[in-house]
Amino acid sequence: MAGLTLYDKLWESHLVKNLDDGTSLIYIDLHFLHEVTSPQAFEGLRLAGRKPWRAGANMATPDHNVPTTKDERSRGVEGILDPTSKIQVKSLDSNCVEFGISEFQIDDPRHGIVHVIGPEQGRTLPGMTIVCGDSHTSTHGALGALAHGIGTSEVEHVLATQCLVQKKAKNMLIKVNGQLNPGVTAKDVVLAIIGHIGTAGGTGYTIEFGGEAIQSLSVEGRMTVCNMAIEAGARAGIVAVDEKTIEYVKGRPFAPTGATWDQAAVAWRDLVSDADAEFDAVVELEAADIVPQVSWGTSPEMVAPVTGNVPDPASMSNESKRNNYLQALKYMGLEAGIPIQSIQLDRVFIGSCTNSRIEDLRAAAAVVKGRKVATNIKEALVVPGSGLVKAQAELEGLDKIFTEAGLQWREPGCSMCLAMNADQLGEGEHCASTSNRNFEGRQGFGGRTHLVSPAMAAAAAVHGHFVDVREIELN
Amino acid sequence: MKKFISEDGLVLPLDRANVDTDYIIPKQFLKSIKRTGFGKNLFDEARYLDKGLPDADCSGRPLNPDFVMNQPRYKGVSILLARENFGCGSSREHAPWALDDYGFRCVIAPSFADIFFNNCVKNGILLIVLEEKIVDKLFSETTANEGYSLAVDLPSQTITTPDGEAIAFEIEESRKNILLNGLDDISLTLQNKDDIQAFEAGWQQKAPWLFSQPGT
Repeated sequence: MAGLTLYDKLWESHLVKNLDDGTSLIYIDLHFLHEVTSPQAFEGLRLAGRKPWRAGANMATPDHNVPTTKDERSRGVEGILDPTSKIQVKSLDSNCVEFGISEFQIDDPRHGIVHVIGPEQGRTLPGMTIVCGDSHTSTHGALGALAHGIGTSEVEHVLATQCLVQKKAKNMLIKVNGQLNPGVTAKDVVLAIIGHIGTAGGTGYTIEFGGEAIQSLSVEGRMTVCNMAIEAGARAGIVAVDEKTIEYVKGRPFAPTGATWDQAAVAWRDLVSDADAEFDAVVELEAADIVPQVSWGTSPEMVAPVTGNVPDPASMSNESKRNNYLQALKYMGLEAGIPIQSIQLDRVFIGSCTNSRIEDLRAAAAVVKGRKVATNIKEALVVPGSGLVKAQAELEGLDKIFTEAGLQWREPGCSMCLAMNADQLGEGEHCASTSNRNFEGRQGFGGRTHLVSPAMAAAAAVHGHFVDVREIELN
Repeated sequence: MKKFISEDGLVLPLDRANVDTDYIIPKQFLKSIKRTGFGKNLFDEARYLDKGLPDADCSGRPLNPDFVMNQPRYKGVSILLARENFGCGSSREHAPWALDDYGFRCVIAPSFADIFFNNCVKNGILLIVLEEKIVDKLFSETTANEGYSLAVDLPSQTITTPDGEAIAFEIEESRKNILLNGLDDISLTLQNKDDIQAFEAGWQQKAPWLFSQPGT
């Protein structure tokens, strides 16, 4: 019999029972909640007179529609100007009190984007099953946890039962062989993968990311990769546990200590796919072929190397795909065939659960240091992923580097990634964004998003258009 | 939970691949803490020419005449015909809530995104996966014939076209059962309470660090 994949192991260790109809009951170790997808779930519990199965297995924070300006944030929840956003954040606060769920409220120094603070606090641990009413929950898979997004009905289901009814996904291995070239980051790797397999390439699968290039990434870089598994259609992305993972978790506030730590670390070292494990699909990429990526269209699969051109749909034989590309070019206001580096930008956004961790901010700061934002850039935002990331960046003087270059230094939150708050693109504006989705209207009505790495976004801020970050000398 | 047994209704052809949940219901409408009232903002950015604001009255907003749903012949539709990877992107259940609130009971496409699929089942919306060539044919027929309707029957797993052609479709037994009976799946899961408790006790023995995180 073939060995087990990491996904098989995580599935089997959490299998409560197989049900008669071919589905399975899977135990959930940790459930994150935020203000947007939870109110209706709490209301459901109230209406049915139900209580959380295990309140301590939940953790909440408001992130999606919190403001990021110092002025609004200095007054906590009362400072939120948008009345409907304020009601939603307050509802989360009161629901957490009512149901006994721990929450990092908006003014807690540990507050931040839920997918940043989970690993940062050591709430996210290897070997866990983790869910959240947010599709980017796949981020936590970077620590060898089985993590995926769910809808609000399932949020209520997990609160009430600590379980989900699931059908096991298929196993896919995406192997990135060899070493990345300098200037090529985790974001470029995952964009290249999505460009390769397509936005539905991983539908029905759990993707394990492996190979030398993935192993060489920091744990934060692996989070960037797993974060965007959903953009390839896979609910969950995972990376095998190694010494880097264990080192990352050690000493974090919610991580085990003493003898329990030793016991946990032993168990975690087994969280790798067996050498003889069989995958339903295997995709291989060569790291050396990957160059910095820029998305040009309205789906994350519409990416091109920064050295390349916007594709010409006329050359496509598949009619559906050709129409899709034509629609995208029309929305983006781009002509087929133009060089990626000729795309002029209006705004820059550095942040989101994909790229707002300290390493991301360091990479961006290194590029803008001693330079100025180009005059055609109306606004360049840097939004750290958490209060602690912000504090660390300030300790390192990164905030000064950004503000001296003309970028704005904001308070933590999801911000312009989904633009639920006031941080939005204007109609027709092009934005170099470190976020995860370039869908129509995602960052604002009529806004045009280009997905890039933090270093590429920083370089674009300085030049006003895309440039190859590998050609920039760091000051 | 809402049941789905059968639906005989007008069909809306939405000829666009990779329709994401931001397209189905833009984020500004996610600030609501209710499950209802999203129908007027379904496909908001494609449907209206102006920028949609939460809680705004949509009756006087300028409609986009090029958007298929605004054509008079598609008034009263309840079946949505779509292209591949429908429902990709965010896990927001507001997407099925908006489809349901507008009056859609069934979506037919060559493929759907995983999270969206689950969210629809939870809301009594039937998603039907058909081969691309059959979907192509339905697109042609719907577009060519005003008043084109389909009769969808879940117990027999068939779609009947106006000229009497029967198209069979597959559905997982568990999902079929939930849709036909409108089952409350939390109650169903809680029937396994003893199994969950037994699992939990064993798991705590094996992985005690998962049950002793500070503050939990």
